[in-house]
Amino acid sequence: MTAETSALYDVPGPRALARHRLYGLLALLAVAALVGWVVYMLFHTQQFTAAKWSPFTYRGVQELLLRGLGNTLKAFGWTVLLALPFGALFAAGRLSDHRAVRWCSTVVVEFFRAMPLLVMIFFIFVALKVEPLWALVAGLTLYNGSVLAEVFRAGVLAVPRGQREAAYALGLRKTQVMAYVLVPQANRAMLPSIISQLVVALKDTSLGFLITYEEFLHAGKLIATNLDYDLPFIPVVMVIAPVYIGMCLLLSWTARWVERRGRRSPKVRGGAPMARPGIGMGLPPEAQERRPGPE
Amino acid sequence: MKVLIDNWSTYWHGFLATLWLTLVSAALALVLGVLVASCRVSPVRPLRVFGTAWVTLLRNTPLTLLFFIVVLGLPRFGITLPFFTFAVLALGCYTSAFVCEVLRSGVNTVPAGQGEAARSLGLSFGQTLGLVVLPQAYRSVVAPLGSVMIALAKNTAIAGSFSVAELLGSYRTINELGYGIVWTFVWIAVGYLVITLAISALFNGLERRVAVSR
Repeated sequence: MTAETSALYDVPGPRALARHRLYGLLALLAVAALVGWVVYMLFHTQQFTAAKWSPFTYRGVQELLLRGLGNTLKAFGWTVLLALPFGALFAAGRLSDHRAVRWCSTVVVEFFRAMPLLVMIFFIFVALKVEPLWALVAGLTLYNGSVLAEVFRAGVLAVPRGQREAAYALGLRKTQVMAYVLVPQANRAMLPSIISQLVVALKDTSLGFLITYEEFLHAGKLIATNLDYDLPFIPVVMVIAPVYIGMCLLLSWTARWVERRGRRSPKVRGGAPMARPGIGMGLPPEAQERRPGPE
Repeated sequence: MKVLIDNWSTYWHGFLATLWLTLVSAALALVLGVLVASCRVSPVRPLRVFGTAWVTLLRNTPLTLLFFIVVLGLPRFGITLPFFTFAVLALGCYTSAFVCEVLRSGVNTVPAGQGEAARSLGLSFGQTLGLVVLPQAYRSVVAPLGSVMIALAKNTAIAGSFSVAELLGSYRTINELGYGIVWTFVWIAVGYLVITLAISALFNGLERRVAVSR
């Protein structure tokens, strides 16, 4: 635990330890009381009656949920497929030697990062009258692609300057320097941040619910508002939330695992500093650039 | 321009609602974030576990799902509040996880030697925290906290779709009156940009004030 090495307090002695144990006991009691209250409320409002859980035994309902999950993953897959090239393209544009290209890419990237994602999705859906799936994918691609462009750019810029200079000194061309020297080194260091951004994209596919895209949450809503099953809202949440959180956690853990593996690898140690994964909310690259690491 | 002038009061109300929602949620997120962060850095293990669980769960939950649970689920428990309060709850809890992480990494950037030096000078826990650790942590916290607040302002758009009066929601009213949909959205976008740019200007100013050349 990092707590032992914190600047906040000393290594506790016997009396402090006893006090900490007392606080720990009180905290445990408080948490237990909270959990107990929730469980009591669940039973009190009759969330565990057979009628409310019976829909999940029907094949049609199961298929509805699976189809919703499939649609969520489909939107996510398309977003990944389109956002990565989008990000790469605009990162290259922002790193370009030509001022016009650089400015255009900067404007595009900054604009799409500053706009609320939902406003873009609604605009594409309502004003351009696109199908829900493609409105969602387009919005997610524009936003996450722009954030990824900043991640790529930061990664390429973080490669030590000597690498670029050495490559030019060897007579490589601009494209070759990028493709053979900078990107491969940056790539290894950026991978955790890229995966963390994909977690954001996966979370944001649930915005499709708001434009009536038939994804996982939408399927859940259909079941939850069914009067025949006595409005099984809480059971539906108990089924849906773990799946969503589980998928996102799996991706986050992959990011952490890649980071830890990369930090051990001697290949990375000489190259760009490793990015730290963290699930960004909005504008992670700047925050990550400016956040001083614990080196 | 005509769309804006004709529907000024709709836009203005939406803008104010978004601003108010952002401010109230930010206050809740800051309070909760400080509490959870102090749990996460405390020497008491159950508190640490609680803080970690809170952050891990909320950071990996889609905000739409959280809104879904809070707005539609809490009434099943017999808790009925105005939509605005539900929206503040969802946004505040969600953002508090990010605020907590920012604060925690800020406190962790302060070298342990600073605390040891303060204690060996005979400062109490409160003095160590208030005079030595927090002022240094504050500096590295300002910039990321600004990004979190901007993200919060952008996330208020989701509340608009859950029938909370808000800037994005105003497009429905204006659209029904038959105004051009593209310009409707342009002015909504401008409204959000004004808020996010104001926040980033505020935090840039703060950052410059606390900046120290080392």
